[in-house]
Amino acid sequence: MKRETLNVKRHNARSERRGILLLAAALCLFASPALAQTALSPPRDVRAFDTPSDGGGSLTVLWSPAPYDSAAVRYQILLSEGPTVADPATMKVVAEFPSNQRYVRESKWPWWTRPTTGDQHQFTLRNGRGVELKNGNVYSITVAAVLNDDRVIATPVQATPQPNWLNWNQMNNLLLALLFGGIVFYAISTARKREIFLRRIPGLDAVDEAIGRATELGKPILYLTGAHDMSDPSTIAAAVILGRVAKRTAAYGTDLLVPHRDPITMAVCQEITKQAYLEAGKPDLYKDDSNFFITSDQFSYTAAVDGIMLRKKPAANFFMGHYFAEALLLTETGASTGAIQIAGTDSDHQLPFFVTTCDYTLIGEELYAASAYLSREPVQVGTLRGQDIGKALILGVLGIGTALATLGVMLDAQWPQLFLDFFKDVK
Amino acid sequence: MIFLRRQVPLLITLITGLAMAAQYYVPHPASEQMLTSVTKWLQIIGGFALVLGVSSLFHVHATKIRRKEAGWGYSFVLYVGMLGTIAVGLWSNGKEAIDGTMTAFGWIYNFMMVPLQGTMFAILAFFIASAAYRSFRARSREAAVLLIAAVIVMMGRVPLGEYLIPLSGDLSQWILNVLNASVRRAILIGVSLGTVALSIKIIFGMERSYLGGGKE
Repeated sequence: MKRETLNVKRHNARSERRGILLLAAALCLFASPALAQTALSPPRDVRAFDTPSDGGGSLTVLWSPAPYDSAAVRYQILLSEGPTVADPATMKVVAEFPSNQRYVRESKWPWWTRPTTGDQHQFTLRNGRGVELKNGNVYSITVAAVLNDDRVIATPVQATPQPNWLNWNQMNNLLLALLFGGIVFYAISTARKREIFLRRIPGLDAVDEAIGRATELGKPILYLTGAHDMSDPSTIAAAVILGRVAKRTAAYGTDLLVPHRDPITMAVCQEITKQAYLEAGKPDLYKDDSNFFITSDQFSYTAAVDGIMLRKKPAANFFMGHYFAEALLLTETGASTGAIQIAGTDSDHQLPFFVTTCDYTLIGEELYAASAYLSREPVQVGTLRGQDIGKALILGVLGIGTALATLGVMLDAQWPQLFLDFFKDVK
Repeated sequence: MIFLRRQVPLLITLITGLAMAAQYYVPHPASEQMLTSVTKWLQIIGGFALVLGVSSLFHVHATKIRRKEAGWGYSFVLYVGMLGTIAVGLWSNGKEAIDGTMTAFGWIYNFMMVPLQGTMFAILAFFIASAAYRSFRARSREAAVLLIAAVIVMMGRVPLGEYLIPLSGDLSQWILNVLNASVRRAILIGVSLGTVALSIKIIFGMERSYLGGGKE
């Protein structure tokens, strides 16, 4: 009886152990779905093609997501030269990453150039790091899925890298530039028909005052065109304003000093100044030496100009164009001599220094508006109106975008994101 | 003559302006090659222009010395410095060091030029202090706002300031990231549109004053 009871107990204990093991195994399987579906299958729908809108030397490969995509399973990109591959396993591994990464939606392609839907995998292979893709050569490329020692490889596909003549990813930029250009031309034609109001720019109204003061005191005017060369729009704007200032100094018979950091800018400014004196009817007052070169070195130039300020004590200092660390060194020295100072710069980092030390500052775009403001020519004024329309458009998009983003958060809705993505890509 | 002085430069500006604008949208190596070539041309032209600049410098200071104008001694120092450096540079073959030994040219650069540049840059600290003192005197409402914002930002950027006023760290970040960044972006948008508009005017010949004024 006792032996029977013992046997039954042993049998029950064995059954319990077996049940626990089965339960544990089942729990393990449910707890790790990735491992539960470890039957790796070769990546599906593998496509490879020349990366569009680039300078060549690049291929893009796309494939469908798989049920086993997880951090544990990894994808490998395999590459070999030539149209045929005897054994895909011998192909060179050129990239490896977790299988839950590299989706089309994470790429930098805007929506109008995306080759497929956002849920597909993508990898762009470029020259470098052991990869050399030659334009015009055929390459075999494929994707492998790897888990521990298991590796399954899709059938290789062929692609040829080629350089492209047009970057379709930047078409938004081109369209916006054309749109803005169209607006500017429209505004110019409108300005030719009727007068357009220009708001006051105190810094430019003060130009006459500054020149008048210098004339009364019998002191020269110092005009700087900034740190950049003639390829920079701010230097061109500074040179254009110099023409207007030179015309006034010619009319008043005031001395003009224009020290330069760039010889080409100096040559251009000499021509502008000469023309201004001619137009003012005072060609005899023009001096070739009014525009002179000092040095291209930042602080040597600053020291020289500071010296001119302290020795010649100009009654008015103009700081137009782009500036770096020398901005405060120049303007603070000028302020210490008691000169009236007018600055105009698109260098946002130096603006606080100019605002602090100068009597008037043309902030950012006002530097570019100066030419229109001083000349009042329809073409110039129309361009300003075009800029204002452009700003209004940008402001409108910013307002709509802010409202949509706020709505999306408040309503916990996804649809505003579609519009936001549209704006993000179009910008 | 007018054709050479006006029409030809405008034509060159139009063609090169459009070509360089188009280059931005063409990723082909030929386009990159063109950009590289143009950059090299610019460097070559810059090299020739330097002769123009240096001759202007010599001329201006020679006139000052000849006429014994006020401060002509500085012009004399400039002549000595420039000719001396050129002579030493030629003597040293333009090298700062030969076989690990510093040349006279290297000595001039390292022990005269670099310290002088450093001195000029260091003066900036004193100028910032004097400019800040002048502008932070709360004479107007705007200056008072500037003063308060500056004090908060300064306190929030140093550990001691944040220790004394714990809120200053977050507040300074907010001032920098929200108020300051938004204003900077607004300025940059204006500058960008201004740049594009000016470029359009120059490319299409509507802005010609950079050629020497005139409307013909």
